[in-house]
Amino acid sequence: MTSPTHASCAHCSHHHELRVENLQVCYRHVVALHDVSFATSCGACVALIGPNGAGKSTLLKAVAGLLPVASGRILWRDTKIAKWCREIAYLPQRENVDWHFPITVRGVVRMGRYPQTGWWRPFSTADASAIDRAIEWMGLSDLADRQISHLSGGQQQRVFLARALAQEAHVLLLDEPFAGLDRNTKSALASILRQLTEEGRLVIASHHDMDTVRDIYDEVLLLHRTSVAFGPVADVFTDAHLETTFGSKPSNAKEVA
Amino acid sequence: MIDWLLEPFQHPFNQRAVIAALLIGLTNGYASAFVVLRKSALKVGSLSHALLPGIALAILVAGLHDWSVFLGSLFAALLIGLGSLAVSRGSRLDQDSALAILYTAAFSGGIILLRRLGVAQAMEAWLFGNIMGLHNSDLWTNFWISFAALGILTALHRPLLMTLFDSEVATSLGVPVRALNYLLLAVLIMVLISSLQAVGCMLALGLLVTPAATIYLLTDSTNALFWGGSLLGGFASAIAVLAGWWLNIEQGPAIVLMLGLLFLIAFLFGPKYGLLRRFTVGRKSC
Repeated sequence: MTSPTHASCAHCSHHHELRVENLQVCYRHVVALHDVSFATSCGACVALIGPNGAGKSTLLKAVAGLLPVASGRILWRDTKIAKWCREIAYLPQRENVDWHFPITVRGVVRMGRYPQTGWWRPFSTADASAIDRAIEWMGLSDLADRQISHLSGGQQQRVFLARALAQEAHVLLLDEPFAGLDRNTKSALASILRQLTEEGRLVIASHHDMDTVRDIYDEVLLLHRTSVAFGPVADVFTDAHLETTFGSKPSNAKEVA
Repeated sequence: MIDWLLEPFQHPFNQRAVIAALLIGLTNGYASAFVVLRKSALKVGSLSHALLPGIALAILVAGLHDWSVFLGSLFAALLIGLGSLAVSRGSRLDQDSALAILYTAAFSGGIILLRRLGVAQAMEAWLFGNIMGLHNSDLWTNFWISFAALGILTALHRPLLMTLFDSEVATSLGVPVRALNYLLLAVLIMVLISSLQAVGCMLALGLLVTPAATIYLLTDSTNALFWGGSLLGGFASAIAVLAGWWLNIEQGPAIVLMLGLLFLIAFLFGPKYGLLRRFTVGRKSC
């Protein structure tokens, strides 16, 4: 795979950086994440790797603005990320979606335009064409009028990607996008993510399958309640680092920290 | 035959009943889509029972007026809704259990109190409705409640839909999810109150769940769910009031029974998700 060159974004001439500095996130009184720091920028595909309960989903939700930050900062374009919610798209885990909701593929993708249209403004032709483009791009044109439970796992994943594209999101946060997909669908999704990053988006995804990390991602963040290591796949995705991430028990890690 | 069919339209109280049924059915039908999508029928049912003690208290404090009944029931439903939230936050009990305790206790208190107040209206009217006893002023109250409820729900349709579909993504896009949830609950309580005189607090829940639940079995389109539920609720209620007159049965229960029968038909014979369809498809694939 290509090395992370961090070329400037293709669809706007700027180069944007996501910085997480000493992030701490708590659920009530339990510290879920502490001292998480890393910096990446658009054009990168970042894997979040760590054992169960390491805080991968928590980190994604914190970046998406779904969880309050106890201390530390999350910056996008050198300002607080909360200001940029329109540029951030969070894709929930498949099991957290109500698939029997009476909504079609197009209906879900249309929701991606709500940040642009606001609560009342009718859809303009620009909105309509953004929706059509997103549907076409994700190869869902034939399925656009289908209810979302009548889709395969890979198609369902693409529906939510299409919504993020319609939103013109710059940062895509995906929670276990490859979970439950078969081999062919996985490689199809991997090439879609590759394409999205090459056009200058920043993709961050939590990931379980160790065998595919090298093929899909540019950078890796090893996470175990804190950031264990971060950097290009070749440097960070090593046995030594993985052992420190997975080898020690969570209870130990808490005390060491 | 024609005379028999047209007879109900000659009486002003019947005309009022039909108009009220249309209005209430439309509003409840539209709002029922939110109840079904939010899967909160049980919660709304508890709140509908909470209206009764509110009415009793209002009559005790301010006497029997349109506005006292409206305010009293609104106050009681809000108090019990928020009270259950407070109990569940302040103890290890879940909110559903807290709600069940509060509303049954309040409901019992309401019944005891109402029996002793000696108001002219029979207990049965509060429990099961008396759509034939509506005055013009009641119609206007209903109209304004419907107008406000439909106005709020349609104005906030987009953020509400996002919140219902996935509240996390809605939050990440800056939608005030929590505030919208409270607002939605408040609107649903208002809609419950609007149907109080027609079908009573025991049956109000049926009107606020069944229409959209029926359409839910028939369509995959969100808009069809809202407007279909609305039309179904309106027309089924109006026809049920007429049928009640022709067949000499109580109108309030007739409305809810009619909606229930329509639901049964959709459940059995729905072209897409009906039981029969599922049965035949299941056999084919074997």
